Amino acid sequence: MQGVKEKALALLQSGTVDRVLGWKAGEFFYDLTPAVFTTAEEIENDFVWSAFSAANLSKYLIQESRKGGKVGVFLKPCDSYSFVQLLKEHRILRDHVYVVGVQCDGMCDIDKIRAAGCKGVTAVTEDGDRLRVTTLTGEKTVNKQDVLLGRCTVCKSKKIVEFDELLGEQGEELTSARFDEVAKLEAMTPEERYAFWRGELSRCIRCNACRNVCPACSCEKCVFDNHDLGTDNKAAADSFEEDFFHIIRAFHVAARCTDCGECSRVCPQHIPLHLLNRKFIKDINELYGVYQAGADMDTKPPLMNFTKDDCEPSVVYERGGAKA
Amino acid sequence: MQVNESWKPTIVAFCCNWCSYAGADLSGTNRLNYPANVKIIRIPCSCRLNPMFILRAFQRGADGVILCGCHPGDCHYTTGNYYARRRMTLLFSMLDFLGIEKERTRVEWVSAAEGAKFAATMNDFVATITKLGENRRLEDLRCKE
Repeated sequence: MQGVKEKALALLQSGTVDRVLGWKAGEFFYDLTPAVFTTAEEIENDFVWSAFSAANLSKYLIQESRKGGKVGVFLKPCDSYSFVQLLKEHRILRDHVYVVGVQCDGMCDIDKIRAAGCKGVTAVTEDGDRLRVTTLTGEKTVNKQDVLLGRCTVCKSKKIVEFDELLGEQGEELTSARFDEVAKLEAMTPEERYAFWRGELSRCIRCNACRNVCPACSCEKCVFDNHDLGTDNKAAADSFEEDFFHIIRAFHVAARCTDCGECSRVCPQHIPLHLLNRKFIKDINELYGVYQAGADMDTKPPLMNFTKDDCEPSVVYERGGAKA
Repeated sequence: MQVNESWKPTIVAFCCNWCSYAGADLSGTNRLNYPANVKIIRIPCSCRLNPMFILRAFQRGADGVILCGCHPGDCHYTTGNYYARRRMTLLFSMLDFLGIEKERTRVEWVSAAEGAKFAATMNDFVATITKLGENRRLEDLRCKE
């Protein structure tokens, strides 16, 4: 996608918006972080749109839309779902936001680029569906498809659900294999699943990155900020608290999670946290009808709704594994 | 698995004030037996049960947690148990997904007139948990004696 930076500049200079929410380089060119730009110079110097602009900007609008004036924001298809979900929960002041929908063909994972044999990466440029990777020792090309973020390999939708202006083509919802990983785990025995999750969750360092980045985890008061709870202290934690933290977090965003995949992207320990959220989405789809959080403003969320002939909780015993 | 003869499971039963708690009362006045290791906690409605309560119970040494509420359609607050039903279904499914024995959690609908059902349910649940053994997968060692 070309012209994102130019659009940011044009919006600011034409006075359509007072500031722009976008991405700028962090410590390295590939760890792009969300940033607010208030002047044309800042945009000229720092604004970056690249194959690493993965950060979902919708969450920051909760604060930004309340600071007065109008804020321009760039939302990729998956970000637009989070945006609509937050609108639905009355968290974002829509009138103070100017949304530019940006079509996206997947974001890249620097770890996968490194794993593809590119050491000492100094720059990455897109060239169609190839990536030109400049390293300390020379230049290499890799297939973009091979180094996509995990979440982008199973992209659920290219549709930008809410926007004031569109850069690129409007896309459509895709049929993706995103539940395959969950189904694979479901097919295991409880012992195997327990071993799998202990292996994954025991690496948790309780940095709270998953919570802080999650658009659904935007409560003003978070249950995990309670020091008496004990979950905030890794040094004193044991296996219970790792499970506790992740079960409760997944439950709190159940039926509100749009499956944007930010939790897994930011996890410094590479825990596949999106699997927990996807498990809830898969269950909801199977038991209460297909529901995509953030797809529209009107559908009642499944956990705030019921039917008289819902299945009983015992349905869990009947599905796979040993019966009680 | 080694079976400790003297070990008895600890069961936490969350009972809604209007149906199941009265049902437990009725089973008492009818002199029906159910194991003494069932600890009843009264809640205003089955939908008051925060998923954290269930996990907390396991942390503090429970081997099984059961939620009893009014039969669907009979909720004192009209619809509370319908919401509870969806939440518990999803939570139990998630516990199962993490490999925690799904037999340790259960939901039963017990009305105020069903003293016999209350006792039978508790007897059955305690028997299930006794067979299953101690809660190891969701335990917190610091909370153990």
